[in-house]
Amino acid sequence: MALLEVKNLGITFGGLHAVDNFNLTLEKGALYGLIGPNGAGKTTVFNLLTGVYAPTTGTFYLDGKELKGKKPAEINKAGIARTFQNIRLFKNLSVLDNVKVGLHNQMKYSTIEGIFRLPGFFKTEKKMNERAMDLLKVFDLDDSADTLASNLPYGKQRKLEIARAIATNPKLLLLDEPAAGMNPNETKELMETIHFIRDHFDLTVLVIEHDMSLVSGICEEITVLNFGKELAKGNTADVLKNPEVVKAYLGE
Amino acid sequence: MAIKTHSKLEKKNTNTVKPFKGKDLITYLIVVVFFTVFQVLASTGTLKNSLKALLVPICVQVILAVSLNLVVGFLGELSLGHAGFMCVGAFTGTFFSVLMEDVITVVWVRFACAFVIGAIAAAISGILIGIPVLRLKGDYLAIVTLAFGEIIKTIVNALYIGKDSNGFHMSLDSSKLGMGTDGQIILNGPQGISGTPKNSTFLIGFILVMLVLIIVNNLMDSRTGRAIMSIRDNRIAAESVGIDITKYKLMVFTISAAMAGIAGVLYSHNLSKLTATTANFGYTMSITILVYVVLGGMGNVRGSVIAATILYALPELLRGIGDLSSYRMLIYSILLILMMIFNNGTYFVSLREEIAYKFKNKKTKTAGEAA
Repeated sequence: MALLEVKNLGITFGGLHAVDNFNLTLEKGALYGLIGPNGAGKTTVFNLLTGVYAPTTGTFYLDGKELKGKKPAEINKAGIARTFQNIRLFKNLSVLDNVKVGLHNQMKYSTIEGIFRLPGFFKTEKKMNERAMDLLKVFDLDDSADTLASNLPYGKQRKLEIARAIATNPKLLLLDEPAAGMNPNETKELMETIHFIRDHFDLTVLVIEHDMSLVSGICEEITVLNFGKELAKGNTADVLKNPEVVKAYLGE
Repeated sequence: MAIKTHSKLEKKNTNTVKPFKGKDLITYLIVVVFFTVFQVLASTGTLKNSLKALLVPICVQVILAVSLNLVVGFLGELSLGHAGFMCVGAFTGTFFSVLMEDVITVVWVRFACAFVIGAIAAAISGILIGIPVLRLKGDYLAIVTLAFGEIIKTIVNALYIGKDSNGFHMSLDSSKLGMGTDGQIILNGPQGISGTPKNSTFLIGFILVMLVLIIVNNLMDSRTGRAIMSIRDNRIAAESVGIDITKYKLMVFTISAAMAGIAGVLYSHNLSKLTATTANFGYTMSITILVYVVLGGMGNVRGSVIAATILYALPELLRGIGDLSSYRMLIYSILLILMMIFNNGTYFVSLREEIAYKFKNKKTKTAGEAA
């Protein structure tokens, strides 16, 4: 059975069909790309899959469980985590605490245990620190664990967002333009990291990206969106050669 | 070299979970020292009576400021009805005390029960208000909470409750109370409750302040606190990592209301007659508490404690000093402006950061030398 199954998903804002009849099937462990010109509806698809918007038509399943109409927090608990195009970190929290917020539903103790400093607090906090530091090490952020998230340089903020998303122990990770604002070297490094986390954390990854070197470098298959509609779909190299796709991106 | 050793030390530290943060301990120390000094002064008789009378109200203001900081500073929602929760706590707690004055004769048991009842009543009103109101954001939440505070005050002023051998009688009209000849009016409309036992002492106030400080600090330095602050920093991101926003908002609102209720009980048991006016339970009071929080720094517990103490005590102290007393509100407002500049002015903020940076460097050096 496929991990993610999206059927005829669509949403209209007033008369505008922002996303129309979107279909997608992701097998476990896939690295899939979603591309398209600005305003094509890529981020809207992410917002639909994470419950920020409720779809007007269609539905989607994760591991056979229908998630349409669920709240963002419930969808995250079901196993979908995401990053944001415009970085959304917890700015006034430390880097370590940002990841520990991600661990919120993974390692629990009650509010009472927290207030009265009962043994559960010390035990779980220690485990949380260890797990969070391990995650930060993967992204080479362990040296800045005590820095405020807002004081991190841009590239590291993007990495921290991914670390926080992985902390929620997802099955499916949605990355919204992870390479935006990165130089070629950083992008290359990011590609290796994405490969590594897919294998290491047993993830399925769906990525929105404008950087074609990243898309052709890591995505096995892609879908191209244009004006909310699917323009092309399939093997990355083939789709990128498709004249329709070239036209949509570069004009005639 | 020194820096490298330091970072190694830091890494070791992250794996030991401390019960208290260093900055919290400093806050506790400040409060304990303040209490000890004034308690000694008061017991040796060196403290003027006018000053002595300020000690319990200062504790009340500190509890109010710290509890409002939970909502405004840590959760990031603007609430203007904090005095309303204090009002609920004050009246239920006092009602209980007056009713039970002859039944429970052990003072501390009765007083402790009054605190619990005041806190629970305020917490319940917090939940009742919170459920519909927390769907609102920003200005709208502020307006509704402001209205709530006024409604509570108005209800208390219109209510008559008495007790006779047949039980309780409640009415909105004093002539329709219909009590027997042995009846006794406890809550007498605008005249409020009189004959409250004056049980509040500086020691009890101090214990409650410490309790509230420890609860707030420990709460914020835990899993729940991180969830609360994540909602403040970025609601959408918090939802995306599985934080239940409504649950934590309601929790903060309830805890904060309960603490305001405790402050209310402490306040009312420091007076022999309790009435609800704009000055003590109305919007003026809510705004005053908000001023403490904003000037002390949002999300800064120690700042709230200091701001509440200074801003409450100063106008009262100036009252006693001959010529200055006519200028006291002027001095008060100048102080407000100075504190605002000091806390938020670009120059002072950068100056403070510079000092903090130098201080940190010094620490790093000594840590390096030690290792």
